[in-house]
Amino acid sequence: MKMIVAVIRPHSLDAVRTAVGEMGVEGMTVTEVKGYGRQKGHTEIYRGAEYQIDFVPKLRVEIAVAGDRASAIVDAIAGATRTGKIGDGKIFVMGLDDVVRVRTAEHGVDAL
Amino acid sequence: MSTPDIAWLLTATALVLFMTLPGLALFYGGLVRAKNILSVLMQCMAIAAVISVLWVFVGYSVAFGDSPNPFWGGVGKAMLTSIERSPADGSTTELLTVLFQMTFAIITPALIIGAIVERVRFSFVIMFSALWMILVYAPVAHWVWGGGILSSDSPWGFMAGIGVQDLAGGVVVHVTAGVAALVLAAMLGARPGFPSGVRPPHQPALVMIGAAMLWVGWFGFNGGSPGAANNDAVSAVLVTHLSAAAACVTWSLWERIRFGKPSLIGIATGMVAGLASITPASGHVGPMGALIIGAVAGVLCQEMINFVKHAFKLDDSLDVFAVHGVGGIWGTLMLPFLAAETLGGAGLGDVSAVEQFVVQLAGVLIVGAFTLVATLILVVICRAAVGMRSSEEDITEGLDLSDHGERAYDFT
Repeated sequence: MKMIVAVIRPHSLDAVRTAVGEMGVEGMTVTEVKGYGRQKGHTEIYRGAEYQIDFVPKLRVEIAVAGDRASAIVDAIAGATRTGKIGDGKIFVMGLDDVVRVRTAEHGVDAL
Repeated sequence: MSTPDIAWLLTATALVLFMTLPGLALFYGGLVRAKNILSVLMQCMAIAAVISVLWVFVGYSVAFGDSPNPFWGGVGKAMLTSIERSPADGSTTELLTVLFQMTFAIITPALIIGAIVERVRFSFVIMFSALWMILVYAPVAHWVWGGGILSSDSPWGFMAGIGVQDLAGGVVVHVTAGVAALVLAAMLGARPGFPSGVRPPHQPALVMIGAAMLWVGWFGFNGGSPGAANNDAVSAVLVTHLSAAAACVTWSLWERIRFGKPSLIGIATGMVAGLASITPASGHVGPMGALIIGAVAGVLCQEMINFVKHAFKLDDSLDVFAVHGVGGIWGTLMLPFLAAETLGGAGLGDVSAVEQFVVQLAGVLIVGAFTLVATLILVVICRAAVGMRSSEEDITEGLDLSDHGERAYDFT
């Protein structure tokens, strides 16, 4: 099994959900996060004073999937969130030892 | 005073209190960071309470007492015990003036705290505001409104018979608050990271809500100051509204030209600048004069914000001097030239515009100099008594938690 962690533009969440939903993904966890990458940040102006915003708001989407489907789902996420401009985000894929569905105590792929 | 006059003054009193609670509190609260909003709201509310008590103890007497001394009103009306609740001659009780003017004494120190938010100790705010109202605000109110040295009853030759014209407090409220703000900002020091490293306002929507309450409340501030439900009050409310509207327009246009985007915080700040500017002149100028005063204020005050930040290098955090002080001075000095009847104004009677201008300028300079020196002394006293600046740790953590043990936003 794999854990996919995608850091995406906030406005692309619906597109990502639709894309992975069509591929049969049954759940995801979304967190509001801030960070910086090549996009650096931006400036905001209040009463004529410039404020440097170093950390840009993003969403962090976590999806646990069966190992053999990870690559296709990563492609779907990337396709849904890509604009081609700096700031599109990153997707991390890592190994996942176990999953437990709390309600039934099922383990492993059955719990996904 | 007729019954309708009393009804209007009671209404205006409520409107002016509404300007501080919650208008100014929200306006300021939205401009600070999320970790400090409660400290700002708390300071405004505590000032309203403490100043109200002190106003009836001694503040009102200092400002409007009947002492023949031109510098202060004495203590003859302290505790209000000498004021009749129902005068035997059937006239309106002076308690109405006590009440209406109390709301002005509240908002003036509340305006000042905008210069020192996010790093000042709560105990300092309270002690300073209390002493400042009694020793700076109330005497100046006496000079201009209570028959003192800057009024037409002045013992000084050049003032006598003319007097500083300041309907609702361009000098008494906004010049004193603006100058005190500069002194406090200089003595307190900047927020960590100032100017480039401070964080932006946390909630512009609250800024707009608070500003909108100030706009409405200002109808009572200026409209109540003629002291009657009459044509002067109608004119004062109209010019107040027009100046605010004109300043909104020019502030936004100037922002659009300079920075590419007209902002919500910008238009709200422009509105306050327009209101502060018309305050002294609202008894004299007509609609055209009001539009001119407001339109210029929208650009002038905006430019002054950067001037204070970069030329003075002062962290007057919420721009009290640039918006209120400069606005108040601007309106005070323009009054003689825009009061003309040809512009729809009330005129200046037998006084020439130049004569009146000299008196206005003298009023601004005398009040500004007195406020500067007196505020400086009060800061030194209060700082020695209770401390002024919060510890770096408390500033980092936020004053909401460090001074009040509360937090505004808990998302868990």
